[in-house]
Amino acid sequence: MVLASDIQVAQNVGFAIIAVAMIIAGVGVIASRNVVHAALSLVIVMAGAAAQYVLLAAEFVAVTQVLVYIGAVMVLFLFGVMLTRAKLGKDVDLNNKNAAIAAPVALLLFGVLAFVLLKGFSDDKIAATTGNGARPIDTATLSDLIFKPYLLPFWALSFVLLAAVIGAIVLARKD
Amino acid sequence: MLVNQFLILGALLFCMGVYGVLTRKNAVMVLLSIELILNSVNINLLAFDRLNGNAEGNVFALFIIAIAAAEVGVGLAMVMLIYRNKKSISLDDLSEMKG
Repeated sequence: MVLASDIQVAQNVGFAIIAVAMIIAGVGVIASRNVVHAALSLVIVMAGAAAQYVLLAAEFVAVTQVLVYIGAVMVLFLFGVMLTRAKLGKDVDLNNKNAAIAAPVALLLFGVLAFVLLKGFSDDKIAATTGNGARPIDTATLSDLIFKPYLLPFWALSFVLLAAVIGAIVLARKD
Repeated sequence: MLVNQFLILGALLFCMGVYGVLTRKNAVMVLLSIELILNSVNINLLAFDRLNGNAEGNVFALFIIAIAAAEVGVGLAMVMLIYRNKKSISLDDLSEMKG
């Protein structure tokens, strides 16, 4: 029996609008002839992803996504575009000659993935994020997880970040 | 909400990213496409997390965000090094490893 509260019309409408925006912006990332336009399209995809995380009741990850991706990574990308002196206008020489192979590969991959997902999770519903029995993942639960069972991976991750920072400095400095 | 709507969105973004990695010639554009792939993986992780009602997926999503930031830093440093040495970041010009 389908309850009216299971359908979640508002969430579904929100999902659809954000998903369409993300797909259009994603096409912009892979098809734009202008490097800066592609980078700015990626901002829309990332903001849409953050909105989807909120729909999935993962607020902390959504905020981290906005801070790290939209705030830091995009600035890095725009610096990369600037420092490598990419053409800021339209650039016809942005793609290589692999499109004839890449398009079937991507379409086939999507076909296989969609088939498996539709077969495997045909009508599995995700738990309601509001109402009775909802268990939103709060930051306290998340920090308990990170600093207890996942403490060692967290340490390893800090060393990876440290190594990446030192490596980037060593690579990019002028001798 | 069905879990599939999130998973299919993730799959679509993943395939777009794969297409971008395969077709782009500019190294910065390839890194942008890789970010697309990593974002789609994060959407999948959080959708499965919600499906199973536990919080581990959020932890992994945070780890992936941190790894992605490190990857972009090192990747762009390498792109700048290549640009400094070859005055070009076209990946088709990097054929030294070809036998």
